[in-house]
Amino acid sequence: MKIFGFVLSLVVTLGLTIALSVKIGSVPPLGYFLDPFHGFWQNAEPEELYIDPALSASVQQPVSVVYDSMLIPHIFAENDYDLYWAQGFVQASYRLWQMEFVTHVAAGRVSEIVGERALEYDRAQRRKGLAFAAENAWQALQKNDTARQMVEAYSDGINAYIDALTYKDYPVEYKLLNYHPEPWNPLKSALLLKYMADDLAGADEDIENTNALKLFGKEAIDRYFPVFLPGRDPVIPTERTWEFSPQPLDTPQITFQENTLYTETIDEPDLDNGSNNWAVSGSRTRSGVPLLANDPHLGLNLPSIWYLVQLNAPGVNVFGATLPGAPGVVIGFNDSIAWGVTNARRDVKDWYKINFTNDSRDEYEFSSRRLKTQQRIEKIKVRGADTFYDTVIYTHYGPVVYDHSFPKESLDDVPLDYAMKWVAHDPSMEVMTFYQLNRSQSYGDYVKALEHYRSPAQNFAFASASGDIAMWVQGAFPAKWRGQGRFLMDGSHPEQEWKAFIPKEHNPHVKNPERGFVSSANQIPTDTTYPYYIYDHSYEHFRNRRINSQLSRARGVTTRQIMDLQNDVYNQKAADILPLMLDSLELSALSAEEQDTYDVLRRWNYRNTVSQSAPAIFRTWWRGLRRQIWDEFISDEITLDPPSDAVTIHLMKHSPNDTIFDSKLTTTAETLNDLIQESFQEAHQSIEKWEEEHGQPVNWGDYKSTSIQHMLRLDPFSLDNIPVGGGRNIVSANSERHGASWKMVVELGKPVKAWGVYPGGQSGNPGSYFYTNMVSTWAKGEYFPIRFYQYPEDNPTSVMARQTIQPQSSE
Amino acid sequence: MKVILIAGLSYIAEQFFPWWSVVIFAFLVSFIIPTKGFNAFISGFLGVGLLWLIFAWMIDSNTNSILTEKIAQLFQVNQAGLVVAMTGAIGGLTGGFAALSGSLLRTINQKEPVKPGYYK
Repeated sequence: MKIFGFVLSLVVTLGLTIALSVKIGSVPPLGYFLDPFHGFWQNAEPEELYIDPALSASVQQPVSVVYDSMLIPHIFAENDYDLYWAQGFVQASYRLWQMEFVTHVAAGRVSEIVGERALEYDRAQRRKGLAFAAENAWQALQKNDTARQMVEAYSDGINAYIDALTYKDYPVEYKLLNYHPEPWNPLKSALLLKYMADDLAGADEDIENTNALKLFGKEAIDRYFPVFLPGRDPVIPTERTWEFSPQPLDTPQITFQENTLYTETIDEPDLDNGSNNWAVSGSRTRSGVPLLANDPHLGLNLPSIWYLVQLNAPGVNVFGATLPGAPGVVIGFNDSIAWGVTNARRDVKDWYKINFTNDSRDEYEFSSRRLKTQQRIEKIKVRGADTFYDTVIYTHYGPVVYDHSFPKESLDDVPLDYAMKWVAHDPSMEVMTFYQLNRSQSYGDYVKALEHYRSPAQNFAFASASGDIAMWVQGAFPAKWRGQGRFLMDGSHPEQEWKAFIPKEHNPHVKNPERGFVSSANQIPTDTTYPYYIYDHSYEHFRNRRINSQLSRARGVTTRQIMDLQNDVYNQKAADILPLMLDSLELSALSAEEQDTYDVLRRWNYRNTVSQSAPAIFRTWWRGLRRQIWDEFISDEITLDPPSDAVTIHLMKHSPNDTIFDSKLTTTAETLNDLIQESFQEAHQSIEKWEEEHGQPVNWGDYKSTSIQHMLRLDPFSLDNIPVGGGRNIVSANSERHGASWKMVVELGKPVKAWGVYPGGQSGNPGSYFYTNMVSTWAKGEYFPIRFYQYPEDNPTSVMARQTIQPQSSE
Repeated sequence: MKVILIAGLSYIAEQFFPWWSVVIFAFLVSFIIPTKGFNAFISGFLGVGLLWLIFAWMIDSNTNSILTEKIAQLFQVNQAGLVVAMTGAIGGLTGGFAALSGSLLRTINQKEPVKPGYYK
């Protein structure tokens, strides 16, 4: 009996201990997780942080890390190795989980962490060839000693941090999901940059365009997707002339007929990914020195996509935003120059039909020859299930993304047997651009630094303390004949291939333009005088015009005015089209309440401020109207992209009798005015419904409800309903899930001064005060002055903590 | 007395070993120091439970519940205090059963001597 009691008690004890030591469903192992000495409790930090003042590690000479009151590290090293070692060490200290998770996302390794539900996502990442691209990049990097040493030192620093960790020190996400960090390697830095390339240069509309061509014909395509829409305001001012002769290109006579209409394809990156940058010449500023501003718009995530750092070593003293996972400063300034980037969209991804000669798909036709394919076996580990093996066929173009096994519910109407040709698959060394930009002293240095930069293409705004301003649209752009790659192409004809890239010196650029400023906001790079074919159907048409109209008017510009422009909530789109929409309404047919709604819009000042209702009404109305106008482009069976807002507005203003305004659903002929009237009444109802559901009058802030989400979509680690104005196509581009991920303003005087803010904080730890400490300042449109130290003891009042990292041998 | 011993030894053990070291120490203390069944359970429950509760509570108040509140929402209990209580309860339960097992093993040994490890 006693034995029985003991055994029972022992079984309960052991059972409990085991049950609390394993992850059950989504519940972390509670014994580990709740243990106050090792579990999540150890991730909770007091507002006053303890930072170890002295460490010894594998650096070559002593390194000094000074943390300012925003927890921004200012790293002072004696050589490049120590500098990038320390950058890796410090970034890992505050952002390790994010760095590793993003590279797992890029590599298609999420299933390893969360199990089978991520398998199709992982397969898509691998079939896009992101890991293949990263391997090519790492091979290229190894051929350049400077780049290799930079990436390796960075990797060593991260590993020094990881090696010293035990469970207690793991970021809380590891404890929640019950896994542990693995050693870092340089390939992961390459993966991170390919993740950015996919996010910013991974979109294409070739399949959608091909469907549209087949459904509506060439004439409609030219009308609804014009290569150059009148009224464009390009990155490079139209006064610019092109004094070079372009690469000769032969336009082939082959027309490729595709007979299938294709269905939904893999997810496309969000078009809200965009950015603003500009530089104003000293002749236009009050201080007489150039000003530079940049705010990249990306998904609003936590931990923040950017991490601020100052890097100081012999030959370099730079401050700016870094990407956790890659060495060097991506957007920033030094004593002599400042630079900022916006995405430079261009069609750099094309699809080629492959004629395989047999079912084993080991050969395909190309010209009169047969070429061999290569197989890449993707081994995808799946938590709690068997490892999944996926065979991906590679041609000389690139990977054959879709086949009978992918997507899972594969039907014949995905574009089978098409190879993807993408600029980001090619070997490249973008980190060298940042290495050299960080050290640039002049316009010449900046131009040289850009030579290494291929993808994702960016508009690099530049200003120097010596008085120059400039803009280069930089990336590897295939030189295309007119229309090349707009539609699916035939992979068996060499004439359809990319023949050459536009030489770097032919890329659109301008230095010290007469108008006294340069700017970019993801719009078309040039006007039609540029001698190469350029096409993208999503070029920005509103933010750029607002920025240019404000800057062209401004004289004696102050940094305050530059900040105001970054926070400008003027709705250019509404100003363009709302008067026409309101004028078209048949007012006598409106109810009293509808009349009130009309009055609100009539009185609106076109500002998307948080408190106004008009922005919400306009947005609802515009979306509804668009849906009615482009109903031909709405289909469940096949994938189509409706024309842009810019084209819609152009047609409404200049071709109001276009057949597109006649709904395909009704037999009676409809006019544009009918659509405007109907959609207005629908919008009115929709807003009424919103007000009923929310029990409050509508306002833009609550209607839009900007949120900053944790990368795992965990609500308690995210911030909801942030009161911030602006919106899509507005200079202050804060939409529901996208926005200004970093705002920087630099005044290039002596000394250089800068201000910045981002929607997050330096720590990636949800248990830290510094996780979201900048968010309210960001939402208010305010800035923090940036501390730019010249030596470690500089400006002691702004210092929060100091850390010295000593070489181990000197212990 | 026994409660303090379990708490103290568990605290020391946790500086070097994972959380389950508290199970071993509660068990050993109860095996060495005689206590009757239910009291043994209570001593383990209070020893480990109070240790975890107090340390969790201290961290919670030192950090203004910055993370506790988020974990409370994740666990859908919505109150930081409940996470502190949960921590104490989980520690207490495992400590209690470990101590009970230790004490029961001792009583078996006293009346019916058997080779240690026989029942494992």
